[in-house]
Order: sequence, then C-alpha cells, then structure tokens
Amino acid sequence: MTRPRAAWWLVSPALIAITVFLVIPVALALALSFTDFDIYGVADRHNVRFIGLANYQRLLAAPIFWTALANTCVFVAVGAPLSIAVSLATALLLHARLARARAVFRTALFSPVVTTVVAVAVIWRYLFHARHGFLNHALGWFGIGAIDWLGDPRWSMLAIIVFAVWKNSGSNMIIFLAALQAIPEEPYEAARIDGATRLQQLRFLTVPALAPTLLLVTILTMVGYFQLFAEPYVMTRGGPAQSTTSVLYYMFEEGFQWWNLGFASAVAFVLFAILLAGTAAQLALARRWSQP
Amino acid sequence: MTALPRRAEPYLIHGALALAAVIALFPLAWMISVSVMAPGEAASSPPPLVPASPTLASYRELFSRAAIGRHLANSVGLALAATALSLAFNVTAGYAFAKLRFTGRDLIWKGVVGVMLVPAQVAMIPVFLLLKQVGLVNTYAGVLLPSLASASGIFLIRQYARSIPDELLEAARIDGAGELRIFRSIVLPVLGPVLVTLAMFAFLGSWNDFLWPLIVITSTDQSTVQLGLASFQGAHVTKWNLLMAGNVMALAPMLIVFVGAQRWFVRSLATTGIR
Repeated sequence: MTRPRAAWWLVSPALIAITVFLVIPVALALALSFTDFDIYGVADRHNVRFIGLANYQRLLAAPIFWTALANTCVFVAVGAPLSIAVSLATALLLHARLARARAVFRTALFSPVVTTVVAVAVIWRYLFHARHGFLNHALGWFGIGAIDWLGDPRWSMLAIIVFAVWKNSGSNMIIFLAALQAIPEEPYEAARIDGATRLQQLRFLTVPALAPTLLLVTILTMVGYFQLFAEPYVMTRGGPAQSTTSVLYYMFEEGFQWWNLGFASAVAFVLFAILLAGTAAQLALARRWSQP
Repeated sequence: MTALPRRAEPYLIHGALALAAVIALFPLAWMISVSVMAPGEAASSPPPLVPASPTLASYRELFSRAAIGRHLANSVGLALAATALSLAFNVTAGYAFAKLRFTGRDLIWKGVVGVMLVPAQVAMIPVFLLLKQVGLVNTYAGVLLPSLASASGIFLIRQYARSIPDELLEAARIDGAGELRIFRSIVLPVLGPVLVTLAMFAFLGSWNDFLWPLIVITSTDQSTVQLGLASFQGAHVTKWNLLMAGNVMALAPMLIVFVGAQRWFVRSLATTGIR
C-alpha cells in the first residue's frame, strides 16, 4: 500500500469521529440557537421555528444569566490564581534540592486529581457542614465562629473555590515540576557564586524560565474553570439563592431540565465565545509582555 | 530580609510538604474512617475523627439497598470499552500525523489543534438530539460514541511518535515491509509507554465522566457508579456513613490503579507542558 493511502486509512477513523461528533454538532448547535426548539420540538420536529436572535436577546435580558456569569467570573478570578499559586508553590517545594521522599509527596499531592467530583464533593459537604463539619470545628480552635458554608450565599462560592483548588492543584503542580526540571543548573550556580539570594534567583532565573509554562497553565486553568459544572451540581445544586449557579449549570438546567434546547444552545455558544475571547486576550497579552 | 539558617531549611521544606500532603489526603482518609462508623455516629458535634468500633455494616447495606454492584459493572464495562476505542482511534491518527505524508496534513492538523479549544458541552445538545433520532439514548453506544476520538489524545500520541527515528521506518520500507506492517511491528512496540499513558487517561476519563452520562443515561439499570452515587446522595442526604461507603466504592478502583501506576500519570502530564 502506498504511503498516502495507508495514511488516510490510519487517520480517517479519528477524523470522521471528530467531524461527526464535534464539528457538525457545533455547527448544529449554532443553528439550534436560532430556533425555539423546546419540549414541543422534542416531541415533534415540525414544532420548531426559526426565531433569529431572540434566544440571545432573551439570554442577555435574563438576570439569572448575568448572575451565573458573575458567579463563574468570581470562580475564575479567585480560583484560578489561587490554584496556580498552590501548584507553583508545591512544585517549587518538591523541586528543592534538599527535598526527600519526592515520589511519596508527589503521589499524595496528586491523588485528589484522580478522584471523582461526585464522590469527594460529598466528603467536602460533610467537612463544610455548619454543625458537624470539621472545618468549623477547626475554626473554633482559633476562636472563629461557625460559618454556614453551604447555606449562606455569601460563603458558598468560596466553599466551591476551596474545594476546586484542593481537587485540581495537583495536575498543574506536575506540569510545573516538569518545567522546573528542564531548567539548566548553570545559571543558578553562577548566581549563587555572585551572592544572589534565593528570592533573587526565583525572581530573575526561575520565573522567566517558567514564563511559557505559566502561560500554558493559566490558559488551561481558566478554560477549565469557566466550564464549572460538576462542583455546584453535586454540592449545592446551584444554590443557595443561585449563588453558585455557573454558566454551564444554567445551560444544563435550561437544556435538560426544562428542555429549552434552543435557548440552552445559545447559552453554550455564548460560553464558547467567552472562552475564545479570553484565550485570545491572554495570548495577545503574553505576546505583548514578551516583547521588550 | 535575614537569611534563614541553613540547618532549618530541610525542616521547613519537608514541614510545608507534609502539611500540603495532609491537606490533600485528609478528606480521603476521613472518608474511609466515616464509612466504617456506626449509623449516626458521624452526625455529632464535635465531629469524630475515628470510629468508636469499626463495622462493615454500611457496605453490606450499600450492596443490598443501592444497585451498586450493577453500577460498578456498568462503569467498568464502559471504561474498558472507552479505553480500547481510544487506543484504536487515537493511536493510528497520531502516528499518521507524526510520520506519514499526505495531502493537507498540516492544514488538517491545525484544525485538530483548534478543536481542542472547543468546550465539549457546546456539542452535547445536538449530539443528544442526534442520538435520540437513531434511538441510541440510554445505551452504551450513546455514552461511548462522542469520545471515540479526542484531539488531545491524538496530540499526545503525535508528540511521542515524532521521536521515532525516520531511518528505522525507511529501512523497513526498503526491506519491502508494507505501511500497516510497519505500524504493527515497529511503531506500536516503540510507542509502548505512551500507549499505557493514553489507556490510563482514557480509563480515568471514562470512570470519572459525569455530565455526558448524566444526559444520555436515563434509567437506573444503565447508570454508572458516578450517576448512581449522585442520585443515592439525593436520597440519603444525611446518612454520612452510607454516603462515604458509596464513595469508597466509587473511588477505590481508580485510587488503587493510580497508586500502582503513578509514574505513568506523572510522566504523561509532564509532557503536556513541554512544547
């Protein structure tokens, strides 16, 4: 068999699968978002009508959408930097010359990543419990009063953030660790001979060397965090008082609980547009910073 | 800023790492502890750390009350199938993109990379409607089809495949071996480690998948462990011992596999950071 022919045989299954289950559906989702496909449409396709941008107008006018967007932005704005900071800190600790038993610590710190949100969310729900939870118990040791983590709209998003950071920091930690291990030793030795402190080495050697990885991790984390769904679904069902409803949760509710599939598709596309814009903005910012 | 005494450094580093490890593991350790407590023991203030007298009653009740045996079987079956399919679809494509020339290869590859940016949820509603048309809702096929090929899986394979020396392949071609024969006898063995990695990620991804099975599966019989756990949680909101026992059932397989093969996980994740 000729090389190109074999290549097509090898590539086609995956390309067909991606086209049929991703590319075409995304195009269909766009089309759906311009219709009023709802429960009547599910029953009979002929009930569906083309309504232009009405879904988008309705979506932009719905207060709950803006609540969901605000909640998601808070989650991303607080959770992402926190998670990245924790990942970087633990990676630096693991990478330190004096660190021992690296594999043990690495396994321990990575194990939350391997768990399912559904299962650990329950554990954390117990930990966050207003009366029986360990967190409030521990806060009591410092003289801080009990907080109703999951019942108070002011604290619920913070609870979700703490949970998400606990669960996700491990994977970025591994990426940072690999990048740290790829940095050559010589500049550090020269710096040490010149009398540079650890902090100076960190600022002038490590951070610039990590810049591309930092960008990658930031984009990946932000994209991932914007798709917040499982945590609010399992822990708080978007409550209390919609304080933990995310954009994707809103899409799920509208689409699969109320069957407003046309409207839900519009929500999904708005999310997609935000992700694209966010990623493009980050890449542009990074390009600007890397040019002196 | 005064310099830290050199002798204190190892203690500080290991102390910080130990603290982080405790924070990471504490919820999981407690989960096991609560799962062997007596009913109602966990719902007291102050919250107990260790059971007064451990018992397996919760697990027994779980197997008889919830259909957890059935759900475990479903999850295992789906995860194994997803792994096999992922290997079949992604490895072939990854190798082809890495080592074989064909028209439009680079352009198509750019498209595949672009696909990685699209959040899967955008496609979920149309795919659901499509599956409904062909009657595949609430079936294994319905759960598996959307993730047959994954752009990031192909990316991973391509990354590794590129390191296969061209001379090796050329020598085989000169010897008269066909392309598919080369793929089977030379490429696959060399790709060994990354195949294991892809398999682990596929298994883990399928085991932990929540939103898509939640949409596609509509009956308890077909539910996976994650779905069963979620609805079980809804029905027994404060029976902590039962909930934790269910968790242990849901988490244990993955944790055991992970601890046993953590080197592979770590190594593969590390390569995503290296361009």
